[in-house]
Amino acid sequence: MTDKNSLIETAADERLKHASPLTRVLRRPELGALLGLVIVTVFFLAVANPVMFELSGIMNFMAPAAQLGILAIGASLLMVGGEFDLSVGSMVAFAGLIFAACVVTFGMSLPVAIAVTFACAAAIGFFNGQLVIHTGLPSFIVTLAFLFVLRGLSLVGLKWATGGATQLRGVREAATDTPLDAFIYKLFAGDAFEGLFAWLAAHDWIAKFPNGQPKVTGVPIEILWFVGLAALAAVVLSRTRYGNWIFASGGDPNAARNSGVPTRRVKTSLFVLTACCAALVAILTVLDAGSTDARRGFQKEFEAIIAAVIGGCLLTGGYGSVVGAAVGAVIFGMVLIGLTYTTIDQDWYLVFLGGMLLMAVFFNNIIRKRVTGER
Amino acid sequence: MATPILEMRNIEKHFGSVVALAGVSIEILPGEVHCLLGDNGAGKSTFIKTMAGVHRLTKGQMFLNGQPVQFSSPRQALDAGIATVYQDLAMIPLMSVTRNFFMGREPVKGIWPFRFMDMGFCDRITREEMKRIGIDVRDPGQAVGTLSGGERQCVAISRAVYFGAKVLILDEPTSALGVRQTSMVLKYIDMVRKRGLGVVFITHNVRHAMAVGDRFTVLNRGRTLGTAARGEITADELQNLMAGGKELADLSSELGGTV
Repeated sequence: MTDKNSLIETAADERLKHASPLTRVLRRPELGALLGLVIVTVFFLAVANPVMFELSGIMNFMAPAAQLGILAIGASLLMVGGEFDLSVGSMVAFAGLIFAACVVTFGMSLPVAIAVTFACAAAIGFFNGQLVIHTGLPSFIVTLAFLFVLRGLSLVGLKWATGGATQLRGVREAATDTPLDAFIYKLFAGDAFEGLFAWLAAHDWIAKFPNGQPKVTGVPIEILWFVGLAALAAVVLSRTRYGNWIFASGGDPNAARNSGVPTRRVKTSLFVLTACCAALVAILTVLDAGSTDARRGFQKEFEAIIAAVIGGCLLTGGYGSVVGAAVGAVIFGMVLIGLTYTTIDQDWYLVFLGGMLLMAVFFNNIIRKRVTGER
Repeated sequence: MATPILEMRNIEKHFGSVVALAGVSIEILPGEVHCLLGDNGAGKSTFIKTMAGVHRLTKGQMFLNGQPVQFSSPRQALDAGIATVYQDLAMIPLMSVTRNFFMGREPVKGIWPFRFMDMGFCDRITREEMKRIGIDVRDPGQAVGTLSGGERQCVAISRAVYFGAKVLILDEPTSALGVRQTSMVLKYIDMVRKRGLGVVFITHNVRHAMAVGDRFTVLNRGRTLGTAARGEITADELQNLMAGGKELADLSSELGGTV
């Protein structure tokens, strides 16, 4: 290898300079989302009832943020991989139906029902992916079809399982029959760290009721799932070989394939992952509510994609961040719940949603052009 | 004569009713630069894509070190040591130089599930390899979109070389380059040859071909017109073969011998 140096005069170029810290910061795709988070936090600190930023208030807005965030993690990975999935919202309803039907109608034990739910979701995700890959149609259209198909199937299936209703109840009672079920149940429902919170309350570290019970009994379990999954996905995307393949598959599938990246496998696995994220949200919310209905996850696909875009994902793929999408979901939760702590009409939420999307896309475009030198 | 590293015998490739290749044969020896010349539409691109495993052969045989082989994916060809630098360079503008350099061949360290890309190693190698060919990548974390076309070409070539290719296929590597960068690439090709690799150098620039080529094969309308060794053929003859001879000679006299 040393003969290289003798053959090619190594340019003694002294122009070697390292990127300034500012450039490095600007290059982060999640920058816009973090900025948005700061703006939204400052806004609510100024106008909202200070209760919002107490422990109970934080748990209040983090719980819906976590549910959306789990979907947004899947959506952002898929978007970086160059595809969309518009069916995740309907997938939540469909997976919720499968899960509830397994537990209530078929009387399966909780772990089996969970496994069946994930397997069904994965199979549908796989089918979605194969359809997109083999037909060459835009995933936008293919999954738009599944948005309706799965929503319709959820309605039909619910009526079949309940004998005419569009709500299936009694999940919680049926899900905690045996000790094993009760243990698994704790992983997907209720609060975590209850002992810790009781201890904190006993030492007056956190607010408590006059009877000594802490006001916040623990961390809602979906928040732990959300944080754990976000951390895992962020590491996978930025630090592993598979993560590099996701970027490559989204950036230019042809170039990636020519370099030996199995783009079809990568894309299919991302569709499966997105569907499994939807299934997880379905299980979490069905167990939380104790029932499922056909409107579950309604329009969540758009919110998840918006969160991903706020988080810096490009609609054209190949660029984005899981951390950004997670922050985007937190912004959502903050505004959705935060408005109830203010005197502002809550329906401004939808206005905010659209405005935030426009701003994020605009901002991301400018940043990307600066970073990549695109003209 | 040494055994060819790669031999393509009577390769045919049909796309539906279109016959892109109608029987092309070449041999690539270790330590030679084999120039593949041809005008646009001669089938050069299709031919190298069959070598690289992108297209499957309709007819014909491929031998790697004398053994018959069949590639069903670019990955297989890569693993067998046949690396290709395409005209589109297989570079992704939004990804960093490092990530592009190691795309599809990411070095990992650690034990699953803690097996991560070795980014420190990747950055160091990228910077070193780029310095070797005189391109100063100021920051390997910068996106490839910020590099000039010539710089991108160099990243692509050094990537293929770094990954221990035995046969290096270069698809018009000099066509988009300035004078200085062209000579850099040609020197680099010469260096690759001295390391014992077989280089397939696709070009329609006869001067570039004559500068480094050991043997020259001319393609025309999906067929090989023949292979000549260095010294057996002049630049003018090559040019005429490529263009189908007579018309170009006529044109050349019309234009005062400038073509």
